[in-house]
Amino acid sequence: MATSEAAIKVRGVFHRFGEAGEQRFVRALADTSLDVAEGELLCLIGPSGCGKSTLLNIMGGLMEPSSGAVAVRGQPVRGPLPRDIAFVFQENSLFPWNTVIENIELGMTFQGVSRSERAARAAEALAAVGLKEFAQHYPAQLSGGMRQRAALARALSLKTPILLMDEPFGALDEQTRMILGEDLSVLLAASRKTIVFVTHSLGEAVFLADRVAVFSARPGSIKQVIAVDEPHPRRPEFATSAKFTSLRNQLYGLLHDEIRKAVQQSTADTARTGAEPT
Amino acid sequence: MAAERRHGCALASRLIQAGFLVGLVVVWYLAATRWGVNRLLLPNPVAVYDNLVDILRSGEFIDDLKTTLVELAAAFAISATGGVTLGYLISRSRYWIDVFEPLFAAIYSIPIILFLPLFVLFFGLGPASKIALGASISFFPIVINTIAGFGHVDRLFVTAARSMGASDYHLFRHVLLPAASPVILTGLRMGFTTALLSIIGSETLAALAGLGHRIAQLADAMEMARMFAYIVFVVAIAVTLNAVVSRLEAHGKRD
Repeated sequence: MATSEAAIKVRGVFHRFGEAGEQRFVRALADTSLDVAEGELLCLIGPSGCGKSTLLNIMGGLMEPSSGAVAVRGQPVRGPLPRDIAFVFQENSLFPWNTVIENIELGMTFQGVSRSERAARAAEALAAVGLKEFAQHYPAQLSGGMRQRAALARALSLKTPILLMDEPFGALDEQTRMILGEDLSVLLAASRKTIVFVTHSLGEAVFLADRVAVFSARPGSIKQVIAVDEPHPRRPEFATSAKFTSLRNQLYGLLHDEIRKAVQQSTADTARTGAEPT
Repeated sequence: MAAERRHGCALASRLIQAGFLVGLVVVWYLAATRWGVNRLLLPNPVAVYDNLVDILRSGEFIDDLKTTLVELAAAFAISATGGVTLGYLISRSRYWIDVFEPLFAAIYSIPIILFLPLFVLFFGLGPASKIALGASISFFPIVINTIAGFGHVDRLFVTAARSMGASDYHLFRHVLLPAASPVILTGLRMGFTTALLSIIGSETLAALAGLGHRIAQLADAMEMARMFAYIVFVVAIAVTLNAVVSRLEAHGKRD
């Protein structure tokens, strides 16, 4: 745990959707507390529906918790914090009616960055993610992996100290996410940002994170936090090392029972509502 | 290769469409000249053509055309402004969407033209009743599509914009409007077409001027060839207007 002031402080957060008795009533988070240190990359991992994305949205001020408190850099969170926090969402959060470069500049327009600075920062961010040649393409003309690179460029161009990433590679195939993970590690090691990264991939969590917070099944709370003591940027060889395998196995052991519980819950949900929970 | 084949297909289907229309005129000609259909029911297409040339040369159509186009423009201006504004306001709240969307959809399925006598009683036989009817009928596709356009913008786009600090104006200008405009443009095109149809149609039933009125007058006077010539003229105007509006719609969607 960091000795300096934490970048994000989560204290006793509970969250539920709907009201007790309603069919859609779900207790998503129960008594979750967590500190994210300045400059660290923390992965949230857990079974589907355990509330890890909910916690990310609460951290970023996109959702208000039912109870509990979140502070970002010492300030209580009451709404979006565009100067402190940039988001990368799972997929398709680029505006389809704008080109890649327009998408990136638009985020800075929202923040009131001057026109000339917007152009310079957009070009820089595009180059950083290796999409220079695709500035004038529309999102629909790009592959899923390239779209996520563009979304990352948009977030980087905002120059926020904190980056919240909600399963950014979740919709991509294994090979693409491996490459993106390696590139991300290099990019983020250089940027020294504070990052919270939601994933359900064990390998991705170990490969990217300084610490991995493992969630229990719904209502989610943090079961254990595991440190990955390996300098950034991570090399591809790390993914085949004994240390990587043993950490991955440790995570698997922690998660296995929770995933079983989550599967039983979702089967019960389906029986109750007659539909797959989303 | 594939593009070429598709191009060839498009050409063939155009030829079939043109052939169908030519065939129709041929059957019309044969029916009028050889098969002994009464001239009062079906005039000779050659006579219709002569009348059409005469109408265009003399310019006698101008007053009626002006009346119909002014009615159309006024009706569409009212329904477009009202439909888009009201649709936007309703779309701001989930509650109002749930209240008004089914209501408007239900009214949309009623043939409002049935209320023409009522419109005439309220607004008289002049252009006002046609404007009111056209505006009422075309209001519904416009408002329904505007609600659908603004009301069903992907939540993730809104969340992403808000997370980057978008103000209400930013959100409207850069997210809601571009997301909704294709659906709204379709609504405007549908509204325009229904306004045109209902105005010309109602002119044939109760009016003092306008192209529809002229056609009904010629029918009463049994001047069948001239009436058919006016019908051809109106069809040409309607096709042109619809083509222009469809082109504008496509252009608006591309930006």
